[in-house]
Amino acid sequence: MANEAASMDVAVGLAPLAPTFEPAKTAEAPLLRIDGVVKNFGSFRAVNGVSLDIRAGEFFALLGPSGCGKTTLLRMLAGFETPDAGRILLGGRDIAQVLPHERPVNMMFQNYALFPHLSVRDNIAFGLKRARMSRAEIAERVAEMVALVKLGGLEKRKPDQLSGGQRQRVALARSLARRPQLLLLDEPLAALDKKLRESTQFELMEVQRRLGMTFIIVTHDQEEAMTVANRIGVMDAGRLDQVATPRELYEAPNSRWIAEFVGDINLFEGEVASREQSRLTIATRDAGTLTAAEPRNPLSKTTVFLAIRPEKIKLSRRGPAADGAGLSAINRLEGVVTDVSYLGGSTTYKVKLDSGAVIRASMANTTRLDINSFGPDHRVVAWFTPEDCVVLAQ
Amino acid sequence: MSARNIFTRPARLAVIAPYLWMVLFFLVPFGFVLKISLSQTVIAQPPYAPVFDVAAGWTALKAAFAALSPDNFRLLVSDNLYIFSYLRSLIVALASTVMLLLIGYPIAYGMARLPQRWQPVAMMLVIVPFWTSFLIRIYAWINILQHDGILNRLLLALHIVSQPVVWLSTDSAMYLGIVYSYLPFMILPLYATLSKMEPALEEAGADLGASPFEVFWLVTFPLSLPGVGAGVLLCFIPIVGEFVIPDLLAGSDSLMIGQTLWLEFFTNKDWPVASAVAVVLLVVLLLPLLVYDRLQRRQLEKAE
Repeated sequence: MANEAASMDVAVGLAPLAPTFEPAKTAEAPLLRIDGVVKNFGSFRAVNGVSLDIRAGEFFALLGPSGCGKTTLLRMLAGFETPDAGRILLGGRDIAQVLPHERPVNMMFQNYALFPHLSVRDNIAFGLKRARMSRAEIAERVAEMVALVKLGGLEKRKPDQLSGGQRQRVALARSLARRPQLLLLDEPLAALDKKLRESTQFELMEVQRRLGMTFIIVTHDQEEAMTVANRIGVMDAGRLDQVATPRELYEAPNSRWIAEFVGDINLFEGEVASREQSRLTIATRDAGTLTAAEPRNPLSKTTVFLAIRPEKIKLSRRGPAADGAGLSAINRLEGVVTDVSYLGGSTTYKVKLDSGAVIRASMANTTRLDINSFGPDHRVVAWFTPEDCVVLAQ
Repeated sequence: MSARNIFTRPARLAVIAPYLWMVLFFLVPFGFVLKISLSQTVIAQPPYAPVFDVAAGWTALKAAFAALSPDNFRLLVSDNLYIFSYLRSLIVALASTVMLLLIGYPIAYGMARLPQRWQPVAMMLVIVPFWTSFLIRIYAWINILQHDGILNRLLLALHIVSQPVVWLSTDSAMYLGIVYSYLPFMILPLYATLSKMEPALEEAGADLGASPFEVFWLVTFPLSLPGVGAGVLLCFIPIVGEFVIPDLLAGSDSLMIGQTLWLEFFTNKDWPVASAVAVVLLVVLLLPLLVYDRLQRRQLEKAE
């Protein structure tokens, strides 16, 4: 296999062993800068001018429905697709045109893409051999990776002799073995069942923290993105709509689409009637006049959506007692319970308002005994504070 | 016992059908050939002795059995003609199979990498020659290759050669004919394996730092070995016994075993020696099949 060595003409920059993670300073240049990247497939624009900075040591999630362009963006980072426009800077170097095997980037594939003819050990060692590491170094690194993903004793097995969870670990170990500057994960947990997926999410976070590496995960599962990632970029129709921490994304979505995509939400369409002392009064079609806190970014239109998460709506038989300041601003809606879904940790109620609109309210089941719940046909007051509302212009 | 219960009556018949077929059209005729190969040639009708005649009674049948002898097989070993024929057949088959693999693999690989909608078209193009009779296609090659054939006229017109070149009745013509005729049998199994291969595997190879050549040699090729094995067997075995192509396209100075067999049978009217040649050929060809079967079984066991 002399030609194997001959074609490895570009040395792959492997990061030093177990680098320590230092929180990125704001002034520091980002590890990865995606700058106005565009990708077309024929007449279809899969990625439409995406710009994004990712700092070293971040766990970043690209979230979006299927076909939104997130996988195409990831494949451009890996080098399997070449952007039609824009730059991809990794550590300051434009890698947009660099071939996949010459990038210090590794990828964990959606269906793992383990080499079926190679053992677990040889799968993990594949990339190390290509980097022309010595035999002893390879053995050491493979042992380290096997220990990291807890695969001890399975080194000689072939991929088809492993369970789905074990295969997932081999894929992770293989993609981490070269210590890439950037690890890309393409729906890495999609093939696992729910329980295994949840425990694996925490293992992924643990591995990322321990190695201090930069991870970019692509997923369509918002819960997964929120669990593992420090920051989330939401994509839709080839565009990056919002980049935010999980909390910001959930509590302050910047569009109606994101509010509905991430978690569950009630929306009331209406017109801004008045604005005073950072309070907006909105005349809605389905729920009368509601009061909301003024959003940080000024509204461009008067037709808006008032959005409220189900768990921020409280239900009671009579409505809140009048003992707080500014209570007059509390929004009250009256209606009849039509549906009750007991989910264990919480219960979701569907309430049909007198206007005919249906809202969802969710209440945590904080006690074992059923003292405060409502049954179908109970008349209730649904109330929420202006601070819990989000006003969306589009 | 349980097997008897899970099959309904028609299902059981369907299971038997291939065995019945093999017995009727392979095992029984092979029994005849084997018997004739142990007989002696005579000038009579049929041209061998002894003849089993059930009507002649038990003692006559026993005498006929006693008259069988392996003399013909001794002849095959003692006469160079046969050994050279076998060797030439094996060498021709081996060389042709290597050429077929070298030509067929890139074609199959290219087909498997075509956009999805073009693949059936490429597949048709590979199969289309089968619509014309094999014999007619070989005669067409004779037409092309002969002294005043299309090829020579073209070469003369282009001033590449000044004299017509002798193409026909050479080994080159024979190899051309064999490779041309057997190429689909090499391409189709290779294409089947390569098109089933997950493209992500090659991407994973590149992602882990393998150059395009390394990706091919370390990932694609090892994973296509089942297709390589099938294609090689599908070509090698019939080429060893090939008769028509060497007879029509090659020279007459050295014969492949199929031609030798034909000579013994039709020209020399020596059915027993011809049968012995056929029996030995069958045994020789069983060997690669058994090796392939063993390899496949091992692969299956590993998978479990």
